[in-house]
Amino acid sequence: MRPKHKSVETRYMEERNEFFQALKSLDRRSFIKVSAAALGAAATRGIVPPTSFQPVRLSALQAGTGSDIYFAYISDSHLYEQDVNDRFVRSLLRAVDDVNQLDPQPDFVLYGGDLAQLGQAKELDLGAQILKGVKAPLRVMVGEHDWYLDLGEKWKSLFGQPTYSWDHKGVHFVTLMSVVEEDFWTVRGMSPMERMKTVAGLDNGVQRPFTVGAEQRQWLQNDLSRFGNDTPLVVFSHSPLYKLYKNWNFWTDDADEVQAILSRFKNVSVIHGHTHQMLTNRIGNIHFHGMLATAWPWPYAPEGMPPLTIQMSRPDPFNPQDGCGDGEVRVHPEGLVDKVYNFWNRNPVTVAREYTVSWGRESLPARPNRPSY
Amino acid sequence: MHGKYRSFHKLLLVFASALALSVSLAVSLPLTGQGQIPRAQHGAASMDYQIKELEKLMLKADVAEAPPGFDPVVWQAFVPEDNATTPERVALGKKLYFDERLSKDATVSCATCHDVTRAFTDQRKTSEGIAGQLGRRNAPTVMNAALLQTLFLDGRSPSLDHQARMPITNSVEMGFPDGESAARAIAGDTEYKKMFQAAYGRDVNYEDIGRAIGAFERTLVFVDSPFRRFLLGDGNAISADAKQGFRLFNEKARCVTCHPMNLSNPLGTDNRFHNIGVSARTQNFELLAKNALAALAQDPSAEKLEELAIGTDLSELGRFMVTRNRSDIGSFRTSMILNIGITQPYMHDGTLETLWDVMDHYNKGGEANPYLDGGMEALALTEQEIDQVVAFLFTLTDDRFRSENQRQMELQRAQAAQKRPFRDDDLAFRRKMAFEERIK
Repeated sequence: MRPKHKSVETRYMEERNEFFQALKSLDRRSFIKVSAAALGAAATRGIVPPTSFQPVRLSALQAGTGSDIYFAYISDSHLYEQDVNDRFVRSLLRAVDDVNQLDPQPDFVLYGGDLAQLGQAKELDLGAQILKGVKAPLRVMVGEHDWYLDLGEKWKSLFGQPTYSWDHKGVHFVTLMSVVEEDFWTVRGMSPMERMKTVAGLDNGVQRPFTVGAEQRQWLQNDLSRFGNDTPLVVFSHSPLYKLYKNWNFWTDDADEVQAILSRFKNVSVIHGHTHQMLTNRIGNIHFHGMLATAWPWPYAPEGMPPLTIQMSRPDPFNPQDGCGDGEVRVHPEGLVDKVYNFWNRNPVTVAREYTVSWGRESLPARPNRPSY
Repeated sequence: MHGKYRSFHKLLLVFASALALSVSLAVSLPLTGQGQIPRAQHGAASMDYQIKELEKLMLKADVAEAPPGFDPVVWQAFVPEDNATTPERVALGKKLYFDERLSKDATVSCATCHDVTRAFTDQRKTSEGIAGQLGRRNAPTVMNAALLQTLFLDGRSPSLDHQARMPITNSVEMGFPDGESAARAIAGDTEYKKMFQAAYGRDVNYEDIGRAIGAFERTLVFVDSPFRRFLLGDGNAISADAKQGFRLFNEKARCVTCHPMNLSNPLGTDNRFHNIGVSARTQNFELLAKNALAALAQDPSAEKLEELAIGTDLSELGRFMVTRNRSDIGSFRTSMILNIGITQPYMHDGTLETLWDVMDHYNKGGEANPYLDGGMEALALTEQEIDQVVAFLFTLTDDRFRSENQRQMELQRAQAAQKRPFRDDDLAFRRKMAFEERIK
């Protein structure tokens, strides 16, 4: 048993000193070990914040001394016009401040889709205006809330084509438009806003699930054809590129086909938005990570949860930013990532590469101390 | 582990049980006017005077027992296993609490900044330590501190016994270089020798100084307010305005979000840490955070943290200094609002002088900054509604301070009639958004 009156800060400082000692003799390969040890130590003691998270956070940042790629993300802001809802505007501004203060600055900032709530020009203009404040290069992905009022016309005028790829420090990055909907509106004679609101609604029998679609799958096949199987590959999609829970459209209907295209690569990381929560999955060599929203957190699906997911605890309804946030992603040279969930009202959580690599046996992220839902 | 028993649920039990016993203590012992009080150094009332005042305030009770109205079993959960409350320990703690020799220049005692005649705080913006040094934080009241889950406004101390000894070695407060020298300063006193032996069976030592003061402070429970009598069923205990204020407190004004104030938890704190933007008016949080991380990387010792937290601008970072978690930048523990009427000025830096200023601050949604708590919203409270919430807040003062409460209410009302420096109706009523400049 530890002495009774060792203070919070004493314990903290001991942990911290220990950690810095360890850092001195640290190379990149072993940093995760330190991180895991710190985590384990924290977990076995059942320490609640503030002492438990710090070594993890530091280790993640310290790892950046190598040539790894490091980017930040902001996602799912669901902006209304500011007169209708100023809270979501403030949240996106907070996220922009967060990524701008990162030191060193990230290689780029990914926006994960659903910038607007109902795809309206004023909403998208407002979002684009705020995102102009991001200092690092910005990569924008589209979400269904951005698209189905005018089928992408306004969004494309602001951000260009929704499907694209690029290479950065030896890693191939692909951004997909994964929320393609089969036409359900023409036959019903729906107005653009009726169409938009149908897509924005989660649970209805009118729309079909999202797809990447045959055309884009072909594009993806071609885009990847010049790369060998060892190429580190990171794919961005708005909806998760697997089938999680159909009723809420946490689902991509042709996920199996897309996964088949990706499966020849040794290591693939898929980073997705849409689900507004901590979410981890692995299918074969494909490792999936969700992004936090700035607007609101979703509850977890009642079935089909990937076993690797460590569920964040339920949000405090009195604090609209609880369970929300942004984050950082460190891409290791082989293509797998450490994923940081930077919660605004809680301690940050890192899902380390080793966690998914070991199928959840190693480097367990700190489990939240409250139930999820 | 007694620590577990400090959980919120136990707290609920304490008060549920307390209310079941339905004890009401309508003892009113008005303090005399503030004019003729003999003064010690640094503006506090003289120690002898404070001790006499304390004796008038405290009920004759067995200190080993739970305070009136508290369930005895549950109360024990608030008492550390190694520091059961005994008359010897309380007597020792009381002597230490008023002993100025516990400061380097023998001018500052606990009671200097936690003055019995000033609601167990100093009613100043920030506190004055040895050699007239000013700290950066407003002294919280010691009343009911025993019921808090963490101590200090940034929660860097886990227990009252630990907290009680920390100011002794803080360079801007009591200024001893270390605990041993503090213990040495009083170790020659034969009375202390006897008292330490009687209380703990040991010689004078630093840790027991903290324990004894903690034991004494556990007797300073002041929860018998008009509002409590109202909760217990006395409909006439508070005014119609205050009742309306309580309603607003729970609804439109959103206070209850962080200040739970109900039958089962009437402390008025969630024991959590929030950035409400108090120092965002004057501070650049980003720059401070960078400086703090740099300073602590150079010297990660607990002493350095203590020094930075109390003595420098980095104090404004609040909880961040303890956790280095960005979401804690500028956040401080929610204050208890029991006895809030007599513990002005308000906020961690004492910058808000009246409860009307406090309401103005919240009414405009706090001061905009990137780390502002997500629960902060412009409230659109009218003047009448603000008056009603303030009327409610003045019903939370223990009956033993009734006249001081009345005096403060009148002083604050008069001052608020003169100036309301934090009022901004455009923000409060959303005619203007704090972020508008940024997205033009």
